[in-house]
Amino acid sequence: MYDSGKIITGLVLFVGLVTLPFWYSIGKAQVKPDPSLNTPVINQMKVKHCIESKQFMIDNHMELLNDWRNAVVRDNKTLYVSTTGQSFTMSLEVTCFHCHSNEKQFCNQCHSYVNIQPYCWECHVKPAEEIANGH
Amino acid sequence: MDIDKRQFLKILGISSALWVGSRFAGGISSLFGIGDKFDTKALADAGFEISKTLPDPKALTAKQWAIAIDIRQFKTADDYKKCIMVCDKIHNIPDISTKQDIKWIWEEPYNAAFPEQHNNYMGGQLKDKPVILMCNQCEFPPCVRVCPTGATFKRQDGIVMMDYHRCIGCRYCMAGCPYGSRSFNFQDPRPFLKKIDPEYPTRTKGVVEKCDFCAERLDKGLMPACVEASNGAMVFGDLRDPGSDIRKILSSNFSIRRKPELGTQPNVFYLI
Amino acid sequence: MIEKAFNGSKKYWIWLIFLAALLGFCFHFYLIQLNEGLKITGMSRNVSWGLYIAQFTYLVGVAASAVMLVIPYYLHHYKAFSRMMILGEFMAIAAVTMCMLFIFVDLGQPMRVMNVILYPQLHSVMFWDMTVLSGYLVLNLLIGWTTLEAERKDVAPPSWVKPLIYLSVVWAISIHTVTAFLYAGLPGRPYWLSAIMAARFLAGAFCSGPAILLLLVFLVQKFVKYRVGEESIQALSKIVAYAMSANVFFLLLEIFTAFYSHIPDDTDVFRYLFVGLDGNTSLVPAMWVSAGLAIVSLAILIPPQLRNNKKLLTVALIALVVSTWIDKGFSLIAAGFVPNPFGRVTTYLPTFPEIMIVLGVYTIGLLILTILWKVAVSVKEKTAA
Repeated sequence: MYDSGKIITGLVLFVGLVTLPFWYSIGKAQVKPDPSLNTPVINQMKVKHCIESKQFMIDNHMELLNDWRNAVVRDNKTLYVSTTGQSFTMSLEVTCFHCHSNEKQFCNQCHSYVNIQPYCWECHVKPAEEIANGH
Repeated sequence: MDIDKRQFLKILGISSALWVGSRFAGGISSLFGIGDKFDTKALADAGFEISKTLPDPKALTAKQWAIAIDIRQFKTADDYKKCIMVCDKIHNIPDISTKQDIKWIWEEPYNAAFPEQHNNYMGGQLKDKPVILMCNQCEFPPCVRVCPTGATFKRQDGIVMMDYHRCIGCRYCMAGCPYGSRSFNFQDPRPFLKKIDPEYPTRTKGVVEKCDFCAERLDKGLMPACVEASNGAMVFGDLRDPGSDIRKILSSNFSIRRKPELGTQPNVFYLI
Repeated sequence: MIEKAFNGSKKYWIWLIFLAALLGFCFHFYLIQLNEGLKITGMSRNVSWGLYIAQFTYLVGVAASAVMLVIPYYLHHYKAFSRMMILGEFMAIAAVTMCMLFIFVDLGQPMRVMNVILYPQLHSVMFWDMTVLSGYLVLNLLIGWTTLEAERKDVAPPSWVKPLIYLSVVWAISIHTVTAFLYAGLPGRPYWLSAIMAARFLAGAFCSGPAILLLLVFLVQKFVKYRVGEESIQALSKIVAYAMSANVFFLLLEIFTAFYSHIPDDTDVFRYLFVGLDGNTSLVPAMWVSAGLAIVSLAILIPPQLRNNKKLLTVALIALVVSTWIDKGFSLIAAGFVPNPFGRVTTYLPTFPEIMIVLGVYTIGLLILTILWKVAVSVKEKTAA
């Protein structure tokens, strides 16, 4: 093999780079996400039920929120009638955060675990900020 | 059919390029949240009720919303201030004092608001009198015409709306708007807000914003905030409804609009 | 063929490394802009486009100008351009790439750029500009690369190239026409709202583009044995002379219409540019430099005995490039927003980080140009030998 030195060094570098994420997270304990439902509003609910079933919300909340924003911003629709027939105002602030007022213990649990940074908070006001009012 | 090595490689190359291309396109579409939607039809087939989205039954509706501003009724500085401040407050409009500022509703002297009406011998009273300005919600909006993504668009009720999630910040709409009604977020607006109203989102850096006739209030059945604060100096209504208050006011008063010669058909009228 | 790019002299590599280092330095400023937003630029609520969009406009012209070689060579079989052709096509590729990058660095939300394709708005001129620019890039890559490869193998270019070349003639005109339409169709900007905009853009392009090409050729000829030939230089500088005359003529037409009609909307901007408006004279010195250099360039380019003197020609071409750059690469955009809808003047001056980002995009253009021209010159030198 010609240039075997260069080729082997190149291969080692390549394999090293491709497996970098694994090397990077070695030795770091990953805490299992545990979204908390411990908020004043949820604690007072007799039947703890979100606007749709828990599994549906876990699987689809991103698409649901995306559809909501299109419906509100582009089609002047503001009400969501769920599969159980209840209606809700389509609003992160008014509806979602009313119950889930604990962003750190709820949203961030999974989002940090899967390492995604939704940019909702660049415009929408985090529930915690409501209490602090401004910065 | 004879295929030589060269042709075989060509076919292989083309078909693998197509495959990679289709995968790439699929990846892109899911990345941007189109495609891969949850399947409401499958839910319905499985016997579930389907969820749906509806307008609020309390929502105010019209074919073409318009505002008539009676500037004769604006007398003290406070008359202007209360209309402007309520908007700034409920829409989280930052107070930036540089040339990169943000304005939804503001005041300009009559001369600046209507430069083509300029006349050196006009009485000082009207010449320098402040006029309330905001987006004209044009019937033929140049900003909507030029927007490359549909981030600014016209609603059924004539309101020229902004979709802050879709805006790419190219600022073509700002070049297109002949009224200087649009502002760009050159920076994160939050440090310039003394108080944030949690019910209305702030904007992020890099998007364009403007007045939208309080679309979010209309959809809940409320009048625009400035109209409500004006104590009757501003009249809001459906221009296509002959019985509406605004039509009555316009038929019984002399009114002007900003730069009507441009053919945009502004929907903010001024009674002078 | 691309292997020619990896096989160069020491000077070639030093130049590439220098460009890469400069790019790295400039990229740092783009990261700052990405982080802090466009507030680091000199743009404002009233002057909402600046140096980035002006460079985009200027470079669309440079890209379109390749057609000034394509028409004589392919439509009139003017063989003297055979040694210049590929350089013009490859310069167009570098220019179009820079155009796209200038649009990109101007965006407030660059990661959403795909929205232009995901939600295409057929009524937006910007959508069509994106379409024609990408099309032009593909056309020039295909045509340039294929004809060069054919030349290397000493065979005639494949027959499918011919229709593409004819298409590229129309396409080149279209990219600058559509770019002019970006501005010429806006109701509230009197400086831009003019039917002659596209014609003025094309005239400006057809003088500044070939002028830049000639200057780059003079420079490169100092380092390589390859020569484009005296006849082609003389022919192209004649084209530059005609186009620059048309360019100045069109500007004078605008000035006549504005001042004889005496409509303030139309005269205000020329007053702002050449004497100042409301005491604001920030652009006045630059505009008179531009006008002076335009006269200098025409004075040398029009008489054949001056034009054919290589040293004087170089002076004229530099004067022309600077003059057209001030006019189209800066003041056209900055002054288009003056006065604002309330009759007020807002000064726009680019900031240091903004200028560095502009320099960065030009560096990418130079990198692409260097590599493409290296390939082209290597192939040409080899086939000539």
